[in-house]
Amino acid sequence: MGINVGGTELETDEEGYLLNLNDWTRDAAEELAKSESIEMTESHWEVIDFLREYYDEYQIAPAVRVLTKAIGKKLGKEKGNSKYLYELFPYGPAKQACKVAGLPKPTGCI
Amino acid sequence: MADFQTPEFRQYPAIPNELVEGATAHLSPFVAKPNHQEQLGFPGELVDNWEEKAIEKMGDLLSKYRSLRVYMDACVKCGSCTDKCHYFQGTSDPKNMPVARQDLMRSVYRRYFTFAGKYFPKLVGARDLTREVLDEWYSYFHQCSQCRRCSVFCPYGIDTAEISMAAREIMDSIGYGQKYCNEILGKLQTIGNNLGLPGKALKATLEEFAEEIEEDTGLPVKIPLDQKGADILLITPSADFFAEPHIDGLMGYAKVFHEAGVSWTLSSYASEAANFSMFIGSYSNMKVVAERIRKAALDLGVKRIVVGECGHAWRVAYSFWNSVAGIGSGGDDPYAQQLQKQLDHSYPIPQHICEFTHDLLEKGQLRFDKSVNDSRTVTFHDSCNVARGTRMGNYPGGQFDIPRALIKASCNHYVEMDQDSIKEKTYCCGGGGGLLTDDLMEIRVKGALPRMEALDEVVKDHGVTNLAAICAICKAQFAKILPYYKFPMDMIVSTHQLVGEALVMKGSIQEKDLDEEEG
Repeated sequence: MGINVGGTELETDEEGYLLNLNDWTRDAAEELAKSESIEMTESHWEVIDFLREYYDEYQIAPAVRVLTKAIGKKLGKEKGNSKYLYELFPYGPAKQACKVAGLPKPTGCI
Repeated sequence: MADFQTPEFRQYPAIPNELVEGATAHLSPFVAKPNHQEQLGFPGELVDNWEEKAIEKMGDLLSKYRSLRVYMDACVKCGSCTDKCHYFQGTSDPKNMPVARQDLMRSVYRRYFTFAGKYFPKLVGARDLTREVLDEWYSYFHQCSQCRRCSVFCPYGIDTAEISMAAREIMDSIGYGQKYCNEILGKLQTIGNNLGLPGKALKATLEEFAEEIEEDTGLPVKIPLDQKGADILLITPSADFFAEPHIDGLMGYAKVFHEAGVSWTLSSYASEAANFSMFIGSYSNMKVVAERIRKAALDLGVKRIVVGECGHAWRVAYSFWNSVAGIGSGGDDPYAQQLQKQLDHSYPIPQHICEFTHDLLEKGQLRFDKSVNDSRTVTFHDSCNVARGTRMGNYPGGQFDIPRALIKASCNHYVEMDQDSIKEKTYCCGGGGGLLTDDLMEIRVKGALPRMEALDEVVKDHGVTNLAAICAICKAQFAKILPYYKFPMDMIVSTHQLVGEALVMKGSIQEKDLDEEEG
């Protein structure tokens, strides 16, 4: 399985998550977002950039609460809640935003 | 989003009117990858002589577990179980009747292990284990959440969960495992939790939560990690570090521990209560996972082990930890013996967090301001593994009363759902037993129907606003499927979230405000 980004086929798992972290580019993110019927805006990018940074440091996506707090601190309190994140990523910020950010899908009882 | 219809509510209580043959025959979870399989000691992919191997494994299980053979032989087709399964109620697929699910294995058992089935297979409904039958197993044994509701109604006590666990063990042993369970078990055995959350991330996350509690209460409440010499080791589902409303439950435990004045710690090595080995019937893997907890307890030198809000984990802890790892009496290897000497036997080993909090409540050591939760009318969802596989306190039914006592101590408005849907007759949330995965969303939504109907009734009749649970799977499942039934996602709350919010801690901002109010 895979997605086509600018003529290059990138490998994904059954659910469309990139298999290789290093395959991710901003163009890949646009394609991944399309597969989720999400149109990327500035606000989406703010979340994606934070996720990538966090993953670089911790090798895992942040907890939703950590994400909302960080977004709140950076972009203002009105954005620091999960409602805002669900508006951007309706299927759930943890799973859907991770997919667009090219991160592995979080697993477990979540 | 998958293409399926959320079921309509029926007149409650009800049974499906018309059977729909093969309604969910298309459902089949992703198959585990070779590396997921091999990490757990299973073949990477379907082995060439799988039929022979599967029958050999079945023979092995039948000889080891007398119960399994009894279940295969004892069914008299009385029909008592047929309408008791939430997946049957939600799908109308006759193969989701518990008896039909058992028959998937029973038909094969008869063919290979009984005289009549060997010589007159057609007469006794015996079937060869063909590829078609194997795929049917894979589909329908992953449409069972092993909740054991059907076994409550079976006059012979046939436990479909145990049959489904055995079936999954057989499939794993021939290289046909489920991705969700097996990938997660691999992470648990290498990183220490289902999420794959490394120690550094866990530490940073816990610090954030502690900060939040401090902002809220004005007290330096800590969520300690790897604290040697602490009295209590808390083993809790890793979802408590990651998901909503689980996190609020964790903060509730932290407040209770702080208020009790005990020293406690989490472990980065054993940062998971869940043990999906039970879902796949693998005692060898269950032991490996439980031994991580034992090692953490020994290394940290704790005297007590407390388990957080997690349904199947409490069953594993309550019923299996003792014999597989010596946490509790039993287990005779040197490490088990060492741990027995180290632990304080004046407390239950292990102890549930609800028991811990309830003890304090009984002793009058907790002060609550119930009015904090006055905007809520709460009902409680009994988790199947706690309700039907364990106990709390020192009498039968304690597992029903104790969580309710905590909620009632924290809230003024509490309502029960229909009595056929609570306590030992509770309905599964729809996502238990290794089904909490996106590739099974259809069965999760449909299987939630009976619980959603019971909820709808109390919402309409009593204005219920919140559903409290004590299981990470239930919480995650409800957060996902409530919207399918037009309920708000945040209707689901952790039981210790309610406790934590109403708790008035000594020296806290809340205490000061309340004292001023009360003059």
